[in-house]
Amino acid sequence: MAGADRLDREAHRTREEVCMSDPLFLVRGLTVEFGGLTALSGLDMEVNPGEIVGLIGPNGAGKTTAFNAITGIVRPSAGRVYFRGTDITHWSPPRIASAGIARTFQSIRLYDDLTVAENVMVASHSAISYTFLEAIVGLGRFSREERRIQEKAERLLDLMGLTEFARERASSLPYGSQRKLEVARALALEPSLLLLDEPVAGMNPAETMEFSNLLRKIREDLDLSIALIEHDMGFVMKICHTITVIDHGIPIARGAPGEIKTNEQVIAAYLGE
Amino acid sequence: MESEARSPLQHKTRDRVLTLLSVGALFAFLWYADHHFSPYSIRILNNIAIFIILAVSYNLINGVTGQFSLEPNAFVAVGAYTSALLTLSPEEKIRSFIIEPIVWPLSEISVSFPVSLLCAGLLTALMALLMSIPVFRVRGDYLAIVTLGFGEVIQVVANNLVSITNGPLGLKGLHPHTTLWWSWGFCVLTVFSVVRLVRSSYGRAMQAVREDETAAQAMGINAFRTKTLAFTFSAFFEGVAGGLLAHLITTISPSLFTFFLTFHLLIIIVVGGLGSTTGVVVAAALFTWGGEFLRIVEEPTTIFGYYYEGIPGMRMVILSLLLIVVMLFARRGLMGGKEFSWQALIDWTGRLIALAKRCV
Repeated sequence: MAGADRLDREAHRTREEVCMSDPLFLVRGLTVEFGGLTALSGLDMEVNPGEIVGLIGPNGAGKTTAFNAITGIVRPSAGRVYFRGTDITHWSPPRIASAGIARTFQSIRLYDDLTVAENVMVASHSAISYTFLEAIVGLGRFSREERRIQEKAERLLDLMGLTEFARERASSLPYGSQRKLEVARALALEPSLLLLDEPVAGMNPAETMEFSNLLRKIREDLDLSIALIEHDMGFVMKICHTITVIDHGIPIARGAPGEIKTNEQVIAAYLGE
Repeated sequence: MESEARSPLQHKTRDRVLTLLSVGALFAFLWYADHHFSPYSIRILNNIAIFIILAVSYNLINGVTGQFSLEPNAFVAVGAYTSALLTLSPEEKIRSFIIEPIVWPLSEISVSFPVSLLCAGLLTALMALLMSIPVFRVRGDYLAIVTLGFGEVIQVVANNLVSITNGPLGLKGLHPHTTLWWSWGFCVLTVFSVVRLVRSSYGRAMQAVREDETAAQAMGINAFRTKTLAFTFSAFFEGVAGGLLAHLITTISPSLFTFFLTFHLLIIIVVGGLGSTTGVVVAAALFTWGGEFLRIVEEPTTIFGYYYEGIPGMRMVILSLLLIVVMLFARRGLMGGKEFSWQALIDWTGRLIALAKRCV
């Protein structure tokens, strides 16, 4: 009873907040349980238009689980996710993606056997208007849209500096470029929120620097909001406007980079008590 | 060097012209074959066309979309029975159905061959559409088992639904409507449609589902809908091929559509290279022709004065050995999982000529 009561109150509060501040993206009390294990418990998060939000925490803290729950890959056991004021909590992954939330993966998940250009073109599929019969006959809308999809892919590859690899197989790319390709593919969805799961993992300091500049440019050019998970503290502190810290599935702190740096609980979680 | 200077658009036009020319050449050859070849050779040519249709459409779901399924024998059976029941005349049906009379309205219906092929394709596609709802709830090995089960069910149904299928007796005395023109016409249509589909956004979605289903879903692709499209699309052509097969051999019975047919197709698409349409075309032609050609090893012959009795079943041993060799040395199939392209052929010929010049 008490639990239901709490949820009710929470839902009420959430609705109010949606009306008041109207953030682009809002997570309230997101909880994920795998059997008896609570991987994530009561995560609150918001992303305002144009904002870059960081999600940090020690290994196994539940950061990727949070992303998976947001994008519909795992089912949250409690909590709500709102996007542009709409409750998207139990939507299917393709529906969430088409609504405008794109993501990258921590363990790179490209379509290895497809070319670099095709990887990006795949993400335009949900927006096509021609039917499969028109594809076979190959007239009118089909050629027009295929050209548009191809041009968009070329533009994005150019933006991420991958043009020279366009015709190569995705699996043949060096590691850093594969990460960039994941971003290019996500951008092809024309999202308003981009979720990046450890985007600079395995990059050297120079590459990280280049990538953060690129990210800022993309955010401005494409009018994006970004939420990212990252272990590289220098990168996170430099690029994020707000940071949420999770430990053992429980959010322990939220604030601007300056506040997080000096927060005792955060220091304890990272260094051990 | 010259080819590099050309624009992609010119390449496209050139490729189209070359493709049209080769299709023209194919039909010129068929016309010649139709007039000069023996009935046995013509039969083999028809078989090749039908197996290309079957293998290319099976490859769409197994190779391109990466959903390991084992149901084509069922789809071929549905197509063959549908088409056969629609072309037989009412009198012929009364004569054939000696155990139980055929149900109305099948007893009255009799349509022309092309209409029956279309109905066979559509009915099979409808069946696949309905089937995909339960079937694509599972993946991988489970999908293989469920679809295998479906194939067996269809056979049991064909044996026991006597008032429709005439049971184990099957349907006899079909008219030999399947000519080279019908079989190769549909063959070209199938290959064309599948290639066009694979090159479209739908094809890219299918390949994305094969490569990584989770990542495909995260990029807005509805995996279930994509798999259903591939399944239904391939079922249509398998149904048509069933109708062509029925009117080629003129006698069909449930024992014709055992799992062995699926297995044969599976070997073809693996040897051709999963996902490579052109590779599968080559493999289907080679296997069908090779299967007939290798009959010589089962017949008594005298080689260098040594009398060889001929061992029945030896063909299968040789084909199996070939399969092992392919798996050892070309694991991604004859075409290495790639598609044939005119550009590749031109480059390759150029290199060969350059090599020959250097040797001379």
